[in-house]
Amino acid sequence: MEKVIRIKTPVTTKEIKKLRAKDNVLLTGEIYTARDAAHKRLIGLLKEGKRLPIDLNGHFIYYVGPAPAKPGYASGPAGPTTSYRMDPYTPQLLKLGLKGMIGKGTRSKEVIAAMKEYGAVYLAAVGGAAALISKSIKKVDVVCYEDLGAEAIHRFYVEDFPAIVVIDSEGNNLYETEPPKYRLE
Amino acid sequence: MREIKAEVIKDTVRDLFLDANYFIGKDLYNKLKEQSEVEESPVGKSVLEQIIKNNEIAAEEKIAICQDTGMAVVFIELGQEVLIVDGDFNEAVNQGVREAYTEGYLRKSVVNDPVFDRINTKDNTPAVTHIKIAPGNRVKITVTAKGFGSENMSSIKMLKPADGVEGVKNFVVKTAVAAGPNPCPPIIVGVGIGGTMEMAAVLSKRALLRPMGEPNKDPRYAQLETEILQEINKSGIGPAGLGGRTTALSVNIEYFPTHIAGLPVAVNICCHAARHAEKVI
Repeated sequence: MEKVIRIKTPVTTKEIKKLRAKDNVLLTGEIYTARDAAHKRLIGLLKEGKRLPIDLNGHFIYYVGPAPAKPGYASGPAGPTTSYRMDPYTPQLLKLGLKGMIGKGTRSKEVIAAMKEYGAVYLAAVGGAAALISKSIKKVDVVCYEDLGAEAIHRFYVEDFPAIVVIDSEGNNLYETEPPKYRLE
Repeated sequence: MREIKAEVIKDTVRDLFLDANYFIGKDLYNKLKEQSEVEESPVGKSVLEQIIKNNEIAAEEKIAICQDTGMAVVFIELGQEVLIVDGDFNEAVNQGVREAYTEGYLRKSVVNDPVFDRINTKDNTPAVTHIKIAPGNRVKITVTAKGFGSENMSSIKMLKPADGVEGVKNFVVKTAVAAGPNPCPPIIVGVGIGGTMEMAAVLSKRALLRPMGEPNKDPRYAQLETEILQEINKSGIGPAGLGGRTTALSVNIEYFPTHIAGLPVAVNICCHAARHAEKVI
């Protein structure tokens, strides 16, 4: 395994630029959740020239719609959703200072170009490992869009949330570099 | 006639969805273990170990394996000598889904209208149901909680009869490989061949319900399953798409007679959290 790097949120561009594809990271601090419907609303506000209800500067967005928490649990199962659906919205959020996204699966050329331009990383958490991942989520608050249920924007307080750098701020992309190493003709 | 109360249908559907969402099948669990032992990629191996650990936590604590607890799909084989009494059959199925998803801390992921409103129905209904009348006086209910990360990577194509076995193979492999890391590999590939367009799609979903390691009864189709599986695993996509030998765990084909002019092929992709359960009443 590659090295493990501990990251505390919020982060600076300088810290983000040190991360390399294949680094394992353990995130601690606050992260925001948003997926399809919340992204649509955020971008809607930007189009109208309005302020966003969350300050993304230096922050991470986790693409997740958690399952409900059982009594006594801080969070329900909460693994990543597939990221490409957020691609049309992501460059605009990176422009506002968003420093990282956590999800699973491929990203568009436009997203990767914006990550390089503004200095941001894309982390993957293991899709379908929702019960395991939820153990690192210590506190959950709904920030806004409560009417969206699981799709509301939540603030997670996480401790040692495990993820891997899949695309770094230079555009190195594990989804492109790793499979060929195991490809058979 | 054998009378079965609608409430029994409801309770069975509820219990099956809870079961499917908390407990991964023993067959799948064992297959994941087997693959984690042989996976050559260190990252791939670590991903498989996390998946196994996740499934153990979910079963132990009775919490959902994956936060996407899916759209509820229910296959019913209704014996023709069964009379459903004291309630509406379809409503009983939906009430079972409603109770499982609201009482079982499962995510409600269904919106009322696909294009315009997209308002969450808040109880994960309606279910997608496939009902078949069968001989006898029993009711067999099979449920699957189908996540959409993998559903979105599925595809259907009306091939030409001339495309033949190679055409089928190419289309299935291309669909699975193009999905890359998105459907949460290692995946299970359900393939429906023949019938009409919608029949092929339903067959591909049904194929996903087959126990792990059980090939098609027709040796020619069993051979095709093996060849397609090998081809997909040559891609190197690996667990979570981070490189490795384990891209697909199984390819399951179901087929049906078709028209002289056609060769429909549907590919339904399922993530490693293939959640299904069944019971005969």
